[in-house]
Amino acid sequence: MNTHAYIHRDDLTSKTGMWLFLFTEMLLFGGLFVVYSVYRFRNPLAFHMAAGELSVFIGTLNTVILLTSSATIAMSVTAMQKQNKKLTLLLLGITILLGVAFLVNKYFEWGGHIREHIYPGSSVLALRGQGDVLFYGLYYFMTGLHALHIVIGLVFIGFITVFVFINKVNTENFVLLENSGLYWHLVDLIWIFLFPLFYLIT
Amino acid sequence: MSPEKNAAEHNYLNYKGKYKGIFSWIFSTDHKRIGLLYLFSILSFFIIGATLGLLMKFELIAPGSTIMDAQSYNAFFTLHGIIMIFAVVIPGLPAVFGNFLLPIMIGAKDVAFPKINLLSWYLYVTGVTLVLLSQFAGQGPPDTGWTFYAPYSFRTTNTMLPAVFGAFVLGFSSILTGLNFLVTIHRMRAPGMTWLKMPLFPWSLYATGWVQLLATPIIGITLLMIVGERTLHIGFFDPTLGGDPILYQHLFWTYSHPAVYIMILPAMGAISEIISTFSHKTIFGYRFMIASLLAIAFVGYFIWGHHMFTSGMSGTALYTFSLLTFLVAIPSAIKVFNWISTMHKGSIDLQTPFYWAMAFIFVFMIGGFSGLILGSLAANVHLHNTHFVVAHFHFIVFGGTGFAFFGAAHYWFPKITGRMYDTKWANIGLVLFFLGFITLYGPMFYLGFKGMPRRYFDYDEVFHAGNIISTMGSWVLYSGLAIILINLFSALRGGKKAVSDPWGGKTLEWTIPSPPPVENFVETPFITRGPYDYK
Amino acid sequence: MESMGYEKDHIIPYRSFLYVLAGLIALTLTSVTLTHIFLGTLTVTIALLIAAIKSFFVLRIFMHLKFEKRMFSIGVTAVALLISVVIIITLLDYLYR
Repeated sequence: MNTHAYIHRDDLTSKTGMWLFLFTEMLLFGGLFVVYSVYRFRNPLAFHMAAGELSVFIGTLNTVILLTSSATIAMSVTAMQKQNKKLTLLLLGITILLGVAFLVNKYFEWGGHIREHIYPGSSVLALRGQGDVLFYGLYYFMTGLHALHIVIGLVFIGFITVFVFINKVNTENFVLLENSGLYWHLVDLIWIFLFPLFYLIT
Repeated sequence: MSPEKNAAEHNYLNYKGKYKGIFSWIFSTDHKRIGLLYLFSILSFFIIGATLGLLMKFELIAPGSTIMDAQSYNAFFTLHGIIMIFAVVIPGLPAVFGNFLLPIMIGAKDVAFPKINLLSWYLYVTGVTLVLLSQFAGQGPPDTGWTFYAPYSFRTTNTMLPAVFGAFVLGFSSILTGLNFLVTIHRMRAPGMTWLKMPLFPWSLYATGWVQLLATPIIGITLLMIVGERTLHIGFFDPTLGGDPILYQHLFWTYSHPAVYIMILPAMGAISEIISTFSHKTIFGYRFMIASLLAIAFVGYFIWGHHMFTSGMSGTALYTFSLLTFLVAIPSAIKVFNWISTMHKGSIDLQTPFYWAMAFIFVFMIGGFSGLILGSLAANVHLHNTHFVVAHFHFIVFGGTGFAFFGAAHYWFPKITGRMYDTKWANIGLVLFFLGFITLYGPMFYLGFKGMPRRYFDYDEVFHAGNIISTMGSWVLYSGLAIILINLFSALRGGKKAVSDPWGGKTLEWTIPSPPPVENFVETPFITRGPYDYK
Repeated sequence: MESMGYEKDHIIPYRSFLYVLAGLIALTLTSVTLTHIFLGTLTVTIALLIAAIKSFFVLRIFMHLKFEKRMFSIGVTAVALLISVVIIITLLDYLYR
């Protein structure tokens, strides 16, 4: 694997790569926002009514959870810069726990809908009308894709936590920690927009 | 010349690293080896795609069924399109020549993320494998065309998922390549190489990188939505559930139109290099060339609707897209004027790469003009989905990207392999290829104008003569291609050894030995002059 | 252009993150409350506006854009604009059918 004859480390390059990757994630979800815009425009009343069936409480709770986890991982970078390895690990651990909590809430939320036979392809949903089908289709697809990104983010942060523990990521070399933070913040950013678009259009 | 002789003897091809044999290639993170891995894969798939095309043309030599039935023809043009678009022309120039030349032309030792570069190739191979598997899995090969239009793409009982997923994986490969090149150009130029001292091929890869990065995710998500439709009946494009099939088209073309700029921008960059070198003159209007590369990439993002003029869009959308489409012709034209102006009063050296460049300009202009015709709303109503469109995109994509690819191959062959090819046979191949090309695709303009639809395996007797000419053109083209490839392959063994700078080029790759050493530059170059310093 | 490993970064104090978090939560609760009070199309606009303000702070402070090279902020803005323009052009179809 080393028929290139040099090794160098350049944090700005690494960070630039991560930001460019974040742009692709923004556009990935961007495509779904296009779909949402079109179908919301065409079915304003159905979307408005269907949104009312979602639990604003769980939605708000999840928003607060994710915002807090963003704060904790951001603080972990400060802890790393101040050479406080214990605090770094603690903050990373809290971030992961909060991420898991988000997923648990999602599980119960989806479970509730599925028990009422509201899921893509169900005849119950089809009977409710096209606006509802589209709303819930978008709901499951967008929050589902978002949840997948939470899982990916948690795995990424998990690896970084281990690397911090074994000092592979340390005060002299912590760009990976910053990059994992950037990814996590992006996941937070997407939710910041998903939340009003699905829960607050009542 | 002794130091150079020694240098050429220790090069990236005979370098002994950690791995042996085939593993020294497929585990290599050297951008030059990765470029060749891509060359091998892309050439193989190109030959498969071209053979499919040859068979399709044979089917069309007479009305009615000739060698296949209608369903098979659908499967043929689907696979031909998927392979040619996703596996050949989109990766094409960036993955092969971009990988090999970009770091060298900017004075770097490798790309920014060499391991991700190798990952891109792995993803590429995985993607194409999935696409090919779709031919043999279960319910019959995909028959939707490479465009996967809804609702047929989620209603057809033929196998779709492996092909759709394969395209998704190929998209990811493209994104990572674009990302890698963007960071490389931003961060790894040699000291002294300011943005405005960078040659045009790297500039074209820069513009292309942005398109790869920012457009490809859209098709990623669109393909995922098709998967959602097929598996979960999610309803986004299903009219019975409230979805709009035209929205699929919007999303599909929001990527697939910028994708054609992924195909053509690096081609234009390579042509700029070739024309400058063989005119022994600096590129005319260097800054305008850069601006037009960026302008094409930018404007190209907003004109996707011209693929959908007859789909049922609103009048407002129609004239917005038509107007914006005309705009993108302007920077393209600027480039053509500047290439010609570069040649004017230059000291022309008529070599094979230069012949390819001239042929490129000729076919690119025909393709471009036919694009303007198609971009006109009234004409489009008559010409959409006819063979006129088929002629247009083959002239501009095969003619554009394809000719530039062969031109680049003949230009950089000595650098990459350290050998010279037989010029006489290269030119014979080119002439046959060119004549075959014109004969194959030229009649399609007329056939389309007269009303012959595309993607039909049968046609009215009135189109017969034109189809015979066209099919014979495909045979001439294919033999030209064979001569070109055989000529280059035999040069690998028996070609004369090449010097560092066989053509008199001024860009950085010509300052290092042929083939290059592993680390490209023994000493990091310090740049003090512009890229085409012919004074 | 190979620079040495780490940069002597400016360190953001823990307090700053906690203040921003408090602001973000406050904005979230505000948007939820507003939804239940006002009615009509204005609700969504305000909710999205608040979302935009929240994103601004996440980008600027949590994601460190305030202290990074301008290039990154320009990139994020450009991508956001690009997505918006694509949505607007697509809606040109649906609005005028």
